[in-house]
Amino acid sequence: MFKREAEIINSLGIHARPASMIVKIASSFGSHVELEKDGVRVNAKSIMGVLMLATEQGEKLTIIAEGKDEKEAVEALLELIEKRKFDEE
Amino acid sequence: MKNKIFRGIPASPSIAIGKSFLYSTKEIAFSSRREKKEVKEEMTNFEKARLLASKQLRSLRVELKKASDPVSSRLIDVQLLFLEDPLLLNSVEKRIKVQRESAEEAIVNFAESLEEDFRDIPNSYIAERYLDVKDVVDRLLKNLQDEETDTELGSFGEIMVAESFNASTVLQMSKAGVVGLIAEKGGRTSHFVILAEALDISAVVGANGVTDNIETGDEVIVDGISGVIVVNPDEDTKRRFERKKEETAAIQKKFLEKKDLPATTIDGYSIDISANIELPVELPFIKKYGAKGVGLLRTEFLFLTSKAIPNEKAQYDFYLKVAEHAFPDYVIIRTLDLGGDKVFKTKVQEENPFLGWRGIRFTLANEKIFKDQLRAILRASAKGNVRILIPMVSQVEEILKVKDIIGKIKTELKKEGVAFDENIEIGAMVEVPSVPLMADLFSGVVDFFSIGTNDLTQYTLAVDRGNKKISGLFDQLDPSVISLMKMTVQKAHHNNKWVGVCGDIAADVIALPVLIGMELDELSLPPSFIPQIKNVIRGLSLKECKDLLKDVEKKASAKEVREFLKEEMLKRFPSLKNILVEVEND
Repeated sequence: MFKREAEIINSLGIHARPASMIVKIASSFGSHVELEKDGVRVNAKSIMGVLMLATEQGEKLTIIAEGKDEKEAVEALLELIEKRKFDEE
Repeated sequence: MKNKIFRGIPASPSIAIGKSFLYSTKEIAFSSRREKKEVKEEMTNFEKARLLASKQLRSLRVELKKASDPVSSRLIDVQLLFLEDPLLLNSVEKRIKVQRESAEEAIVNFAESLEEDFRDIPNSYIAERYLDVKDVVDRLLKNLQDEETDTELGSFGEIMVAESFNASTVLQMSKAGVVGLIAEKGGRTSHFVILAEALDISAVVGANGVTDNIETGDEVIVDGISGVIVVNPDEDTKRRFERKKEETAAIQKKFLEKKDLPATTIDGYSIDISANIELPVELPFIKKYGAKGVGLLRTEFLFLTSKAIPNEKAQYDFYLKVAEHAFPDYVIIRTLDLGGDKVFKTKVQEENPFLGWRGIRFTLANEKIFKDQLRAILRASAKGNVRILIPMVSQVEEILKVKDIIGKIKTELKKEGVAFDENIEIGAMVEVPSVPLMADLFSGVVDFFSIGTNDLTQYTLAVDRGNKKISGLFDQLDPSVISLMKMTVQKAHHNNKWVGVCGDIAADVIALPVLIGMELDELSLPPSFIPQIKNVIRGLSLKECKDLLKDVEKKASAKEVREFLKEEMLKRFPSLKNILVEVEND
């Protein structure tokens, strides 16, 4: 298992477009990928799950992956969230 | 019962007569439930419905991209992901296999539990995404049903009736040959209404009570010109509307043939007729209807439909595209005209939102949003055919602050070596009566004025037209509104500034003598009304319009003004009868 914490920087939080970006990236890995916020865990490959976390700007998420490519999966999501900021800027 | 009549907002200038189809998702889900079959068969049915939905959404996305509507196509991305969502797949499978539900029950029950989950989300913006999910659920249910009844999203010659429509289904309906839409909700600027107009579908919206009073199979008349709906017309009424349909189509064809002739009166007075637009899909209308550029580009759509506040680049791309379509004519871009609640999707509570934090008051308080927009507009102005319009202005100081911000952006752009129009014109919307009253002062700081008659009427008469108890008091031809408009034009012309009108009144044929008579410089209106308005202007003279305006100024009420103008215009243009006369009450 591999996990990392990520802070949501983009101004509107994880709304529909960022959520679909997360799902698309998570789904490209074989590992099981989950997101956790305030004790709630969801499947990162589920658009409904990711949306329902309703993560807003400034909040923190834990990305948890388990499987052969777990490290790559977590790092890819970290980059999307913190570096690319969902390509919003 | 024969000849049941309903009234709504006329939303697409044509008439359709056909059989109705009540497009209500409730009915699909519950009243015509399919018979339950074996587990294996239910799973196969679900899979088939799901794959079909995915295919439909993909081809829709291609269509939307062709219609350059990136926002709606992004929405479809989310819907496609939903079809692959493990939550959906696992839950439906469990319901069918373990709880022995039919595929249909499984989907409906899953959607219900999901709705509860979404309702609990504190962020209202995300909570609203449930509507996108619901759209997919409806599509799945429809597909399941189609397996057996073989119905589509409407069929040739049909008129669809619903509480509201979404843009994607309207596209599909148009392909199926649907000729009319009737909706309980919506207004002239709703996304689906604009699409209906673009696709030549007649539409009446905002028609309360229609879904309870129309049954599938009823014969209905949709008059998108006057806003009348007739359910089960008798032979005589039907014949009357068939004639009206033919005649208006013939007249409109004639108008369209002359769309590119200038709007010049018999005695040589010329006025610019330009288009009000908002959506990318409307861009081809500028040329199609013979508009002289864009007199009002609303930008709220960009902000309300994107998933985030659009950045400068996204805005620049759109503004530039519009400017290119309009070239060599102008596009007037109105800066964001919203209340704070709409932008942030959080409740900004206000006692009186219409007297509150909207338009320029909001953007001045949110400088980052405002600066991004102004930078995008300035960059799109490099070819010199872009103007800026500021909404909800009530004080001279607001314009000064805007000009200060624009000045700073210009300095930035120069430093960066980015091209823009140094002499870009800045105008104020005339909506609040303080502007006409102080128009001499305003003329010192703006390059032009654009009168928004809807809001000017609302603020002059203190009438909220959404309030049914008093909406009868709302009329843009109220003598007080006419007087404020004239005052604006006189003061502005005295100071060598030009004045346009971009409210609904500009599309109202009988108001033309008033607008021409006060020597307005520009009228901006919904594109499909342009050929007709231009044609009528070519049959008037400035002199007679001035005389008519003098007579109008002696009237005491909007009703008197209307009756007088209607009579005078019918005398001059008997063929307008079809457009002006509504259905007689039977």
